[in-house]
Amino acid sequence: MIEITDLHKSYKTGNTSLHVLKGIDFSVKEGELVSIMGSSGSGKSTFLNILGMLDEADSGSYNLDNTPIKNLNEKIAAQYRNKFLGFIFQSFNLISYKNALDNVALPLYYQKVSRKERDEKAMHYLEKVGLADWADHLPNQLSGGQKQRVAIARALASDPKVLLADEPTGALDTKTSCEVMELIQGINEEGRTILVVTHEPDIAQMTKRIVNLKDGRIIDDTLVNQIKASAYV
Amino acid sequence: MFNLERWQEIFDTISKNKLRTFLTSLSVASGIFILVILLGVSSGIANGVREQFSNDATNRIQITTRTTTKEYKGLNPGRRLQMTNADYESLNNKYEDQIEYKTSLYSNWGGQVNYKDKQGRYRIEGVYADQQFIENATLAYGRFIAESDIAESRKVAIIGYQMKEDLFPDTDPIGEIILVNNNINFTVVGVYTDPGGTREESRLFIPVTTAQKVFNQGQNINRIAYTVNMGKDFDETAILGAQMAASIEQDLRTRFVVAPDDRVAIRVSDSLEQAKPYFDLIDTIKAVFWFIGLGTIIAGVVGVGNIMLIVVKERTKEIGIRKALGALPSEIIMMIIQESIFITSTAGLIGLFLGVGLLEIAAPYIQNDFINNPTVDFTTSITTVIILVIAGAIAGFIPARRAANIKPIEALRDE
Repeated sequence: MIEITDLHKSYKTGNTSLHVLKGIDFSVKEGELVSIMGSSGSGKSTFLNILGMLDEADSGSYNLDNTPIKNLNEKIAAQYRNKFLGFIFQSFNLISYKNALDNVALPLYYQKVSRKERDEKAMHYLEKVGLADWADHLPNQLSGGQKQRVAIARALASDPKVLLADEPTGALDTKTSCEVMELIQGINEEGRTILVVTHEPDIAQMTKRIVNLKDGRIIDDTLVNQIKASAYV
Repeated sequence: MFNLERWQEIFDTISKNKLRTFLTSLSVASGIFILVILLGVSSGIANGVREQFSNDATNRIQITTRTTTKEYKGLNPGRRLQMTNADYESLNNKYEDQIEYKTSLYSNWGGQVNYKDKQGRYRIEGVYADQQFIENATLAYGRFIAESDIAESRKVAIIGYQMKEDLFPDTDPIGEIILVNNNINFTVVGVYTDPGGTREESRLFIPVTTAQKVFNQGQNINRIAYTVNMGKDFDETAILGAQMAASIEQDLRTRFVVAPDDRVAIRVSDSLEQAKPYFDLIDTIKAVFWFIGLGTIIAGVVGVGNIMLIVVKERTKEIGIRKALGALPSEIIMMIIQESIFITSTAGLIGLFLGVGLLEIAAPYIQNDFINNPTVDFTTSITTVIILVIAGAIAGFIPARRAANIKPIEALRDE
């Protein structure tokens, strides 16, 4: 699903250049649930941004579902993001003046799906995350866990190849974190490829594979025995 | 532009920021409101001035001769210059191509007119049939002077509406006999009205040939009046009229041997020349009003542009989210521009309707000599609407570009 070889990225600030990613080789097969760990400054956010086509690498190759991701202009990047990726953010990033249903339907709007079909699909995914009864609530009427579930439904709405979750439990308490992870595990069980960036080891333990980043390099890449989030609840 | 979904998005965002949208709209609406009022008033002034000059045909040239005041080529001052039918004919022939309507006149300034027990003093003017058009007179009843009246020197009279009111308050004057200067009977054949009002309606017109006979004037006339063929536009007509007036004046000075600087002896007045400064003034007023009005709109539009910049700034994160979810830059640009056009156009239309409405209501109360029927015509309204849409697009463009350039990663980091 994801093939990355010798990825480099550096940021220039004035005269100094900061080499953030120093040659990353990384591949993910379909249906994997991978966590990417690392302390701050390890380059994991940059790595995720490149995976998410929000940023572009200086060198190296990146193939997503056999599509080479390179020479992106704004327009192509937007189309690829819409087609291949679903984002889950630490701070949810729901649009505050749209209700849960409209938030979930937004990626479909940019796919030019008709309103009726959009609402049907969005409702389906809200049901999946157990929030069908909250469809017409605005984000500020929802709890943190509910917001993240709406965000997950939104990420799923466009039926992406890969879900990218950036610290999905970073703003949640332990119990809610487990609920969200349970949902993510459930989605993964259905065969969807998911990448989770986290700095919490117990969250990482709930995935199937842990990749450790340090100073812009992968220092460790191991398969783990997944701990079911439901065991915690 | 006609994407229903996007309109939905726009209404969503607008309804979330009612106060801000309202304040923005207010600046545009008042801009258009002021423009409409100014344009209405300027058209009112134009109408007023046009009305002032419509007493008589605006392209009129009038020729009068009096007494010389200066010695010239051995001739003494104080010489009376008398025009005759021959002068009239020769001018007619010479300027045939430029003349629209023509008449020579013999006028008697104070004629006694009696009808039964009623009487009054009125100006008696011997004229040709064209006088009706030169004077801008409209027939209320009956007919005007006919060619046969002139040929046969018939004793027929067309009376002004004021005379009809004075002498025939309750009766139909057509066919009645009036007694002029206590010795000549005239048959009334017509009644006219004149935009010049009471003063100009206190005259009676008779065939010029009849006037010459009854006042024992032979071939004498005391005035000639023409209207000039209209050119392509006002300016061209004005130039033609002025040239013809100057040329006629020169002809008469030669004919009567009058000093070139004797302004009293021969007067050729060109009404177009008199009207020109006023029409120029109207054009100036119009230009100034457009200038002020457009300035006001620009202020309003800059306001909208400013607000849209703030909107973009405030929605940076939202735009970042949208882009992360797959919004194309062009969609972001159209979203902002369309919102801007929507706000400016709606607000502008409200301003337009308020302005037009106020003009409609207030028009009757500000009617005076210089302002008449201040309204905004359809073309002007459409022009302002088009200006608004363009202005809205311009106001939205820079903010939209900024929005499209927002980097999703930076926007999403923005808390």
